[in-house]
Amino acid sequence: MAKVPVQFTLNGSEKAEFIDSGTTLLHALRDKIGDTSPKGGCHQGTCGACSVIIDGELRLSCLTLAETCNGAAITTTSGLSEGGVLHPLQHAFLDTFATQCGFCTPGMIMAAKVLLNHTPNPSRDDVVEALSGNVCRCTGYEPIIQAVLRAARANSQNAA
Amino acid sequence: MALALQTFATVKEANAALKSQGTRYLGGGTLVVRAANEGDVSVSSLIRSTEPSLSAITVTDGKARIGASVTMAAIGGNPDLGFLAKAARAVGGPAVRNMATVGGNLFAPAPYGDFAVALLALDATVSTHDGETPIETFLTRRDSNRAIVTSVAFALPKADGFRFLKVSRVKPKGVSLLSIAAVLELAGDGAVSSARIALGCMADRPMRAKAAEKALIGQSLTKDGIAPALAVGNEGTSPVTDPIASAWYRNEVLPVHLGRLLLT
Ligand SMILES: Cc1cc2nc3c(=O)[nH]c(=O)nc-3n(C[C@H](O)[C@H](O)[C@H](O)COP(=O)(O)OP(=O)(O)OC[C@H]3O[C@@H](n4cnc5c(N)ncnc54)[C@H](O)[C@@H]3O)c2cc1C
Ligand code: FES
Ligand code: FES
Repeated sequence: MAKVPVQFTLNGSEKAEFIDSGTTLLHALRDKIGDTSPKGGCHQGTCGACSVIIDGELRLSCLTLAETCNGAAITTTSGLSEGGVLHPLQHAFLDTFATQCGFCTPGMIMAAKVLLNHTPNPSRDDVVEALSGNVCRCTGYEPIIQAVLRAARANSQNAA
Repeated sequence: MALALQTFATVKEANAALKSQGTRYLGGGTLVVRAANEGDVSVSSLIRSTEPSLSAITVTDGKARIGASVTMAAIGGNPDLGFLAKAARAVGGPAVRNMATVGGNLFAPAPYGDFAVALLALDATVSTHDGETPIETFLTRRDSNRAIVTSVAFALPKADGFRFLKVSRVKPKGVSLLSIAAVLELAGDGAVSSARIALGCMADRPMRAKAAEKALIGQSLTKDGIAPALAVGNEGTSPVTDPIASAWYRNEVLPVHLGRLLLT
């Protein structure tokens, strides 16, 4: 199969690859570029573990063809920490025990990040709605909801 | 099997490419890429067009036109289409809504197609290069459609004239047990003067509840007034049986939910 070029920024750095046409973004990120933070849970759009942020919007990388991302800015959970310092959301997930097996965590954090970008002080309902496309088999969700609310509070305290 | 993607600047070129065997149009990909991931080998080549008009929303002179590539999230956030936000937000979770397009929803088999239910109640027209087709006709013929849908258009309903309800077992996001949309107009005395009611999941694709529509005319929206409409609400339905609900259950609960929608 013919290879096609794709070029986008991933967590701020330029990436250019030749991929098979029709490759999903999830496959390109994990197996070509080596960013394994998005997880392949279902490849059906139902679990949200593969969620990434493309040009500011939450997307499912398992249902996105990499070629459609030419020129896009892509953020994954592996790009959140800075200089070894965890992002407030990552801290909050640790502090509230919102991560157990951890498989859903990168997708949850992406969904939460987009929420907090648009709604810095979300209500509990806002958080539930924002995470409604993400499945967790371990935590029972409550610790995750608490983590996102805690990260929002931490952000607003830092901003004050 | 591997897929190939072909991108064209114009709808015209993309329509020409769609004439080849094994091709299918790519909207947001939430159904078509999902099928490929699941092992659907009937499609070897996906075709898309990046023509800007496909992503445009225009609302003027009481009429709305929505490009086929417009996403549910874009509709949900458009202040001119506020009445449709509930229907657009009924589709999937936030990531799905950022991808799912209007064009794709017209082809989504039950239990999907919640937004198409809203468009059917609005009596929208569906545009392709061949011209415009009433949505009801379009839906019955959709399996043989090979042309790219470019946009849907409809007259804006009168204030508070549009109602939408999706019933699902999981909140806030869940697949439809059924969905109902209605466009109602009331005369000065409160009697229904015109009614269009569309049902989702009550057949393999969205359908009109024509017997119920007829039974509503001249009635007031009260428990007694809507009773004749509820009695015939199931006429012509052949619901899907799937992991969400059986056809029997869907038929049993339709009048309950139709009643709730009409009395809100
Ligand atoms: C997790 C999940 C949850 C979902 N929940 C819902 C839900 O609650 N309600 C609901 O209604 N749907 C739901 N869906 C289904 C789907 O996301 C929507 O129906 C969506 O609108 C389909 O649009 P798309 O652009 O992604 O379609 P695609 O997958 O791109 O295309 C679907 C079909 O339509 C054809 N097509 C698309 N655009 C055009 C066009 N412009 N012209 C001609 N043909 C075209 C394609 O060729 C293909 O056959 C869900 C899907 C997932 C994965
Ligand atoms: S892997 Fe993409 S939603 Fe499950
Ligand atoms: S922590 Fe295991 S799936 Fe969420």
